[in-house]
Amino acid sequence: MERHVDEELKELNKDILKMGALAEEAIYKSIEALKNRDKEMAKSVIDNDSNIDKLELAVDEKCIDLIARYQPLASDLRFITTGMKINSELERIADIAVDIAQRTLEIVDKPLLKPLVDIPKLTAVAQNMVKVSIDAFVKGDIALAKKVLLSDSEADHLRNVIQKELIEDYMVKDGTTAPRAVQLLLIARFLERICDHTTNIAEDVIYMVQAEVVKHHPEKLKNGK
Amino acid sequence: MSKIVTNNLNLWYGVFHALKNVDSAFEANRITAIIGPSGCGKSTLLRVFNRMNDLIEGVRTDGEVIIEDANILNSNTDLVVLRKKVGMVFQRPNPFPLSIYENIVFGEKIHGDRITRDKLDEIVERSLRDVLLWDELKDKLNEPALRLSLEQKQRLCIARLIAVKPDVLLMDEPCSTLDPQGTQRVEELMRELKNKYTIIIVTHNMQQAARVSDDTGFMLLGELIEFGKTEQIFTAPFDKRTEDYITGRYG
Repeated sequence: MERHVDEELKELNKDILKMGALAEEAIYKSIEALKNRDKEMAKSVIDNDSNIDKLELAVDEKCIDLIARYQPLASDLRFITTGMKINSELERIADIAVDIAQRTLEIVDKPLLKPLVDIPKLTAVAQNMVKVSIDAFVKGDIALAKKVLLSDSEADHLRNVIQKELIEDYMVKDGTTAPRAVQLLLIARFLERICDHTTNIAEDVIYMVQAEVVKHHPEKLKNGK
Repeated sequence: MSKIVTNNLNLWYGVFHALKNVDSAFEANRITAIIGPSGCGKSTLLRVFNRMNDLIEGVRTDGEVIIEDANILNSNTDLVVLRKKVGMVFQRPNPFPLSIYENIVFGEKIHGDRITRDKLDEIVERSLRDVLLWDELKDKLNEPALRLSLEQKQRLCIARLIAVKPDVLLMDEPCSTLDPQGTQRVEELMRELKNKYTIIIVTHNMQQAARVSDDTGFMLLGELIEFGKTEQIFTAPFDKRTEDYITGRYG
C-alpha cells in the first residue's frame, strides 16, 4: 500500500544521493587540481562548498519536517534519522575536499616534490568508499555497507605508506622538502578521514536496515551479524 | 515480577474466535500498551482481566489468566473481589449522577463494611490527591460530578477506582474523548500512578502508546503477534506485521 509519506521519503533519498554525488565530485576535483596543478579547479571546489552547505541544511530541514508531520516509527524512523546523520557525514566529507583544495593552493606554485603515485590510489579508494556507502544507503544494502567497512584497512595502509615515504625519504633526508611534504602528508590524512566518514555512513546503514548498532562494536561484524 | 500471566488463552463470542492462544506476561508497576487495528481483540483481552466479557451472552473462554497465583477464569472466582482488585477506566468517562464525593466513596460503600465519615473523608482526599484533582475540587466535593470537564470526569473515574485500592488499572482508550491538553495531563497521571499500580492501556493512538508505555503488545486477528519493550517495538519490531501496522502500511 503506497502511503503519502512514501513519496516524501523517496524525495529524501534522492536528496541524499545528490549530496553524495556533490561530495564525490568535490573529492575528485580537489585531487585533479593537485595532480594537474590547476588553481582554478581548486578554487572551484572551495567556491562550490556553499552549495553543498545549503543542500545539507535543506535535507536537515526536510528530515525535521517529516518527523514533525508524520511522527515516523520503526523503519521509517530509522530511515529518516539515518538520513540526517549521513547528510552530516557527507557535508563533512565535502569540507575535507575543501581542505585538500586549500592545501593544493599552498603548493601549486612550487616545484612538484615527487610524482604522485599513492595519493591517487588513496583517492580512488576514498571515492569508491563514498560511492559504495551512498549506494548502500539508497538501496538499503547491508552487503555493500560491510564492503565499505572492509575497505577501511586498505585506506589506513595507503595512508601509512604515504606517510612513511614522505617522512623517511624526503623530510628526514632533506629538511628543505618539509613545507611541501607536510602539505602532502595532510592531504593523505584528509583522504583517510574521508574514508573514516564513509565507515560511519556504512555503520548507520546497517542500523537503518537491521536495527543493529555496530558502531563501536566491531565484534558484532566479526561474528558475522 | 509478572502481575498478570495468560497461558494459551482463547475466547469465543459464539462461533467467532476473538482471542487465539494468547500467551503473555504483564509486569507489575509498569504501563503496558496493547495496540492493533479495530477488531483485533485488544479490548476483549483487556476485559478478560476483570471478567467483564462475562456480561456478554455466548462468551466462552479457555486457557488461564493467572493473577496472584489464581486462575481468574475459574468458576469459583469472586467477581466482586476481582473487579475491586482489577479496575477499569472506559473510553468515555462515566461518573455516576451523584456528587464528586459520593462518586469516590461509592465503591468503598459497596465493598467495605460500616465505615466512619472520617475514614470516607480520608479516602476521598487520598484518591483525589492521587489523580491530582484535590486542589481543584476540594471545595466542590458536594457538587454534581456531571458538571466537571471531560478530563476531570476521566480523572474522577480513575479516583473512584483508586478509592478501593486496586492492584491493576485497565484503561480502554482513556483519552480518546479528551483534547491534547487533557490527554497530556491524563498521561502524566498514568506515569505517576504506575509507581503504585500495574497499568494496561488499550489505545489506537500509536504516539500515545509510544509516549506513555514501558511495554507494548501488538495484536492482529485475535493473536498477540509481538510483545516487548516499547522502545524496541516502535524502533525495531521483529515481526513484519507489527512493522506494517505501526508504519501505516497495514490496510
